[in-house]
Amino acid sequence: MTFRTSQLTESVQASPPNPSTAPTTRSQAWVKPVLIIGVVLYLALVLFIPAANVFVQAFDGGIDGFLTTLTRRPFLNAIKLTLLMAAITVPLNTVFGLCAAWAIARNRFPGRTLLLSIIDLPFSVSPVVAGLMIVLLYGRNGWFGPLLEANNIRVIFAIPGMVLATAFVTLPFVAREVIPVLEEMGRDQEEAAKTLGANEWQTFWRVTLPSIRWGLLYGIILTNARAMGEFGAIAVVSGNIAGRTQTLPLYVEDAYKQYQTQSAYSAAVLLAGLAVVTLILKEILERKTRIKDS
Amino acid sequence: MTNPTLTRSPSTWHNGLDRVTHVSWPWRITWAYLIVMLFLPTAAMILKASTLAPADIWRIATDPVALSTYNVTFVTALIASGINGVAGLVVAWVLVRYTFPFKRIIDAAVDLPFALPTAVAGLTIASVYSSNGWIGSLLAPLGITVSFSRLGVGVAMIFISLPFVVRTVQPVLQDLEPELEEAAWCLGASRWQTFWRVVLPPLLPAVLTGIALGFARAVGEYGSVVIVASNIPFKDLIAPVLVFQRLEQYDYAGATVIGTVLLVASLVVLLIINILQAWGRRYDV
Repeated sequence: MTFRTSQLTESVQASPPNPSTAPTTRSQAWVKPVLIIGVVLYLALVLFIPAANVFVQAFDGGIDGFLTTLTRRPFLNAIKLTLLMAAITVPLNTVFGLCAAWAIARNRFPGRTLLLSIIDLPFSVSPVVAGLMIVLLYGRNGWFGPLLEANNIRVIFAIPGMVLATAFVTLPFVAREVIPVLEEMGRDQEEAAKTLGANEWQTFWRVTLPSIRWGLLYGIILTNARAMGEFGAIAVVSGNIAGRTQTLPLYVEDAYKQYQTQSAYSAAVLLAGLAVVTLILKEILERKTRIKDS
Repeated sequence: MTNPTLTRSPSTWHNGLDRVTHVSWPWRITWAYLIVMLFLPTAAMILKASTLAPADIWRIATDPVALSTYNVTFVTALIASGINGVAGLVVAWVLVRYTFPFKRIIDAAVDLPFALPTAVAGLTIASVYSSNGWIGSLLAPLGITVSFSRLGVGVAMIFISLPFVVRTVQPVLQDLEPELEEAAWCLGASRWQTFWRVVLPPLLPAVLTGIALGFARAVGEYGSVVIVASNIPFKDLIAPVLVFQRLEQYDYAGATVIGTVLLVASLVVLLIINILQAWGRRYDV
């Protein structure tokens, strides 16, 4: 005991704690700037410089190069198709995400954690494997292949397959963002509404939805960003036919492979702009929910 | 005396029937959607793999080209997610504990790899790290080529898995009271002792979860790697690109077997993540 106390006093004498910034003694003063500079350098090498490069290269030859690409037909088709992907898969996954979030957050049942992990599966499965699964199901040699062929419906190398692939990879986002919000909200308000005579729809629209709106919006934004930016899964099922099944990310790769650097960067800068908008909206939503918390 | 189980059994039975016939709409939509979107495709692949003879599966899965792609994919992903394990911990520490200019922007920008389409990431990394790019031209005189080599695969994987550790560690670090460290200091612990014995243990589950999430993402990554790498077998060909190439050659058996290997790997990682998260919760009490 005595030994410990003496050791303690000794160390206290060696480095007297400063009351305002207690652990930051003089000998440690170099740690903070070194860590900050290290972090900024690391992020610059991996993130900031590559990100800045997209914008610089896109407008390297002035805005004309960008505008010329913008008028090309395959490019316009790619934009149209990218918007179509988001327009179909975002509502689908929003409805599913809301239903799944309600089922998981409002019920206790055996296998609940397993169901959560299953919903998360598309995040850990390679997009290429996701595309492969859809080819094996709907392709010519797939389970539904003969049936689809008999009815003259094309899924693979066509838009339906691309929608399925996009919906697969974006499936978890809404459910994942809404579940914690629903759990935190609890069911008191909903039960109060029901006791006061509201039916299920009224309870959902007037009580549940307003409480989860920011979480839901967050999930929708992430779904949209991924749906517009998905590459691997769509590359497998689409066949990458220019002007017909080529979305913007596929256009980027195709143009790059054909050494049309300007075209590739013109498409890339649009997608990077989408990413920046996504991040800004995300930040705004996070701040909104944080203000509500405090 | 009546048997309580006997009197109760009709009502439980009725409840059970009730549950089957009166399943609410959200439940039905959830299951129908999951079956169509997730279970059917997964079953299609697993059953396709099971139609092959076990000897064929083994031959395809352990083919030298396939083995080399596992090496490039899993080892590079492990190194990349490991680097981000350390770097992510430092980034999270700096973002939570220090204040400095542009902190909010830097904090928000950490999520860029989640938001930036992978094809764009591949395109820009390939050109920035190529021998006449901004960073590549500095490395070229040292004899380091990044683009179109395994090193480029590593850089793309580092980019892709960057946010995971930062985002898993940040909330835990925020809840960790600095008083704990001060107490350790006052009790005479050195800076290293404080870090190893007081700060790191509660953060470790979060760090490992982040590494596992980043690893899973890096193993499955296709878009950025296919553009950055030269995709030559035994050099920098990764398993997802091999699946894609096999499909392009209409070799469905080959694609399915290697795809199944990747699926099993991601299921194992998912299991590890669940165990890590359960481990992390023991600090919640």
